Amino acid sequence: MNIIDRRLNPNGKNLPNRQRFLRRARKIVREAVRQASASRGIRDIDGAGVVVIPGDGIDEPFFHLGDEGLRSPVFPGNKDFVEGDRLRRPLGRGSGGGGSGAGDGKSEDQYEIALSAAEFLEFFLEDLELPDLERRKLSTTETKGIRRAGYSTTGSPASVSVSRTMRNSLSRRIALRRPKAAELVEAEAELERAKEESADGDKVAVLNDVLERMRRRTRVVAWIDPIDIRYRRFEPVPRPTAQAVMFCIMDVSASMSETMKDLAKRFFMLLYVFLNKRYNKVDIVFIRHTDEAKEVDEQTFFHGTESGGTRISPALIEMRRIARERYGQDQWNIYAAQASDGDNDPRDNLETAALLTGEILPMSQYYAYLETSDPGHGAAPSSLWRAYEALHNPVLAQRAVSRREDIYPIFRELFSRDESVRGKSA
Amino acid sequence: MSGLLFEGAEWSYDTIQRIHDAVSEIALGELGLNVYPNQIEVITSEQMLDAYASTGMPIFYQHWSFGKNFTQQEQLYRKGAQGLAYEIVINSSPCISYIMEGNSATMQTLVIAHAAFGHNHFFKNNRTFLEFTDASGILDYLKFAKAYIARCEEKYGEAAVEKLIDAAHALQSHGVHRSPRRKPMDLASEEARLNERRAYQAQIFNELWSTLPSAGRRGSDKKLASDAELKLGLPEENILFFLERHAPKLASWQREILRIVRLTAQYLYPQRLTKVMNEGTATYAHYRIMQRLHEKGRISDGSYFEFLSSHTNVVMQPAFDHPGFSGFNPYALGFAMMRDIERICLKPTEEDRVWAPDIAGAGDPMAVLRDIWANFRDDSFIAQYLSPRLMRELRLFGITDDPAQSELVVSAIHDERGYRRVRRALARRYDASHTDPMIEVARVDLLGDRRLVLEHKAAEGRLLAAPVARKVLQHIADLWGYEAELLETDAATGAALATHNAKPGARLAA
Repeated sequence: MNIIDRRLNPNGKNLPNRQRFLRRARKIVREAVRQASASRGIRDIDGAGVVVIPGDGIDEPFFHLGDEGLRSPVFPGNKDFVEGDRLRRPLGRGSGGGGSGAGDGKSEDQYEIALSAAEFLEFFLEDLELPDLERRKLSTTETKGIRRAGYSTTGSPASVSVSRTMRNSLSRRIALRRPKAAELVEAEAELERAKEESADGDKVAVLNDVLERMRRRTRVVAWIDPIDIRYRRFEPVPRPTAQAVMFCIMDVSASMSETMKDLAKRFFMLLYVFLNKRYNKVDIVFIRHTDEAKEVDEQTFFHGTESGGTRISPALIEMRRIARERYGQDQWNIYAAQASDGDNDPRDNLETAALLTGEILPMSQYYAYLETSDPGHGAAPSSLWRAYEALHNPVLAQRAVSRREDIYPIFRELFSRDESVRGKSA
Repeated sequence: MSGLLFEGAEWSYDTIQRIHDAVSEIALGELGLNVYPNQIEVITSEQMLDAYASTGMPIFYQHWSFGKNFTQQEQLYRKGAQGLAYEIVINSSPCISYIMEGNSATMQTLVIAHAAFGHNHFFKNNRTFLEFTDASGILDYLKFAKAYIARCEEKYGEAAVEKLIDAAHALQSHGVHRSPRRKPMDLASEEARLNERRAYQAQIFNELWSTLPSAGRRGSDKKLASDAELKLGLPEENILFFLERHAPKLASWQREILRIVRLTAQYLYPQRLTKVMNEGTATYAHYRIMQRLHEKGRISDGSYFEFLSSHTNVVMQPAFDHPGFSGFNPYALGFAMMRDIERICLKPTEEDRVWAPDIAGAGDPMAVLRDIWANFRDDSFIAQYLSPRLMRELRLFGITDDPAQSELVVSAIHDERGYRRVRRALARRYDASHTDPMIEVARVDLLGDRRLVLEHKAAEGRLLAAPVARKVLQHIADLWGYEAELLETDAATGAALATHNAKPGARLAA
């Protein structure tokens, strides 16, 4: 008999199969991810999770008998039946209750698939057809620096540390008693002297012997041995990273429908994913407003209801307050995304514009305004839209969106424009 | 040698070796089992999940459906809805048994007795396995298959290969030879036969026959067609085999892949035919072996109890109205029948002498069982050896489920009038020719539009599940390259019941 320990064999022999399955089920999974992402919090968008997908489309058909026709199954565990008894048919022939016929494929209605964080994000971004984000440059203060970190025994020749190497060499030579050059010269001289005096052969032989030994030791114990060599070691160090804060400002007055809120949420999500790739730390502040503004948690932000008129300026004042209190400009990159149906109280537009130009925009890296409308609605620009447009500020970007699939193109547009802006201002 | 094989739950390779030797002594010496050399491989639960997904084989080609299986299994396992099997055993020589690292020493003993000796004996001796599978070649073949398919993927693209395998998998259940095939004749004997035939014709030659009027034009067309069918070997029930041989548009690599799928299906086919017997044999073997180990003082009372509790769980048969009921448990039914045969051999009742005269009181149960294990498969085994006493114990009853009636009728129960009917009905549940639809390639319209005609002979008017059948037929049409038609006829009367048609879709890239 052989016993073989296979435990150390690589795991995940099924990984390729799993990937094939995912690829096959891609469309279905994408739909499921889309739905799952709607119910996820913004912060959880790039976490791992389980999505449920329907079973059709990835079924494996094979010829089998249908449910019609006469059948005569056998069961164990008779209690009180006798031959000829008539029984009521259990519900749903061919499934559950009565025990279905052999060979009937069980219908699995849905599968749960556990996706890793990366997979989930991939599907999520694929949904939005996000191209490689790495190419987009945002102002980021995070860079990798290099710093000395002691010595190592390996490295490139350019970084040999001569002093450290020589120190090692010296101590090794001392320890192994390698004759110094001066000692050699002296011994040679002494031998010469002895030869000249030619007093007695014994002394010459002894001195000769000593000199020979010294020379051999010199040969054997190298001046610099590979084990002496030390290299200066460097390690990459991330320079202190700047952080970003993202202000989500949303109008929650009655005119904002659920669809509009969903659009806004998707936009916020994208921005979060985007910033999260750039900055190590991203804070989110949710400010919702009607005609007054309040900082709330995410749950309330998206799901709480409130009624009232619409004024933007209180939200901007609230943002300014929070930014001043908690997010100093010297340490934080400030991003703001505002979603509204643009139905601002006309009297408020002036004040809003003043706040933006005066304080909000100068302190922000970027201010995105998303005007949402229900699909099929007329595209007449709102008063707020016109007010923003009049500002002509490069930090402020505005887009109108009515359909879910437009979110990503608009997102991209906003950020490509940002890039050119940044190029100009730099 | 005596003394405890191990104490506590811990085990090492020495323990496994000792266990194997002790079990082997009993299995080969006392029970007279005859096994392939054993190879025991220790794996982790993760690897067990992996093995599950691709039909338990250690090497298998890649296909998304295995990933799907894996996802399902993993989900069940993570939820805790389903434990992992303690072992997987492979019908190969040497016989590979996978055991999990998490098992206790007792469980390893049980697993070795069950798989490395029980299943192993069955693989090596049962006729179905001997006829259908080649235990010594299978691992090499799977290795070849995996490499071949991987090469094809590189060469022709994953999509093309995947599409082909999808189609082949759909036909897997109809890609087996149900009976051993005639060996093709070699050239010499074929020539000899031809000469013999000629000599006979010369001998009986009579000029008079040639004066008879010939059948004429119409007949010759028919003859041409029937000749062609003869050449194609029609009717042919192995659809995959037929397509592999005769589908006109397939490239040679496509034929080879069909062959790979067909041969693996063929290799796995006996396991479907002998589920009850296979598990029954292994369970009976481990039960006897564990009992003997305990009697001989090789395992402690504690481990014996651990074994019994696990064994009892395995052979549990819930009643039909139990929430956990999901059909017959092959372990339970198989084990109960083996024990019952043992009883009939040793202590037969009057009834047994009437019902099983050949084995009643035969004395040596192991000899009888070994003979049965070698020569039966599930349907014949049940039809032959399910005793009235066991039917009473299991309280079996039969139902007639006629969709035309509003109520079900209890057609037979475990009484004098019902034994035979219950037994026959149960045996039929394990009869592949009854549970699998009987579909064969009937005709090819070679002179016309090359339409492939398949025929399903519906027993008792039971038709195929139509939506799925159409999907499979579509795969057949894709492989065949021309239209395919599936007729469903009543097996008894030949009356046409239904027709499905499929036109080949996008051609399989060649």
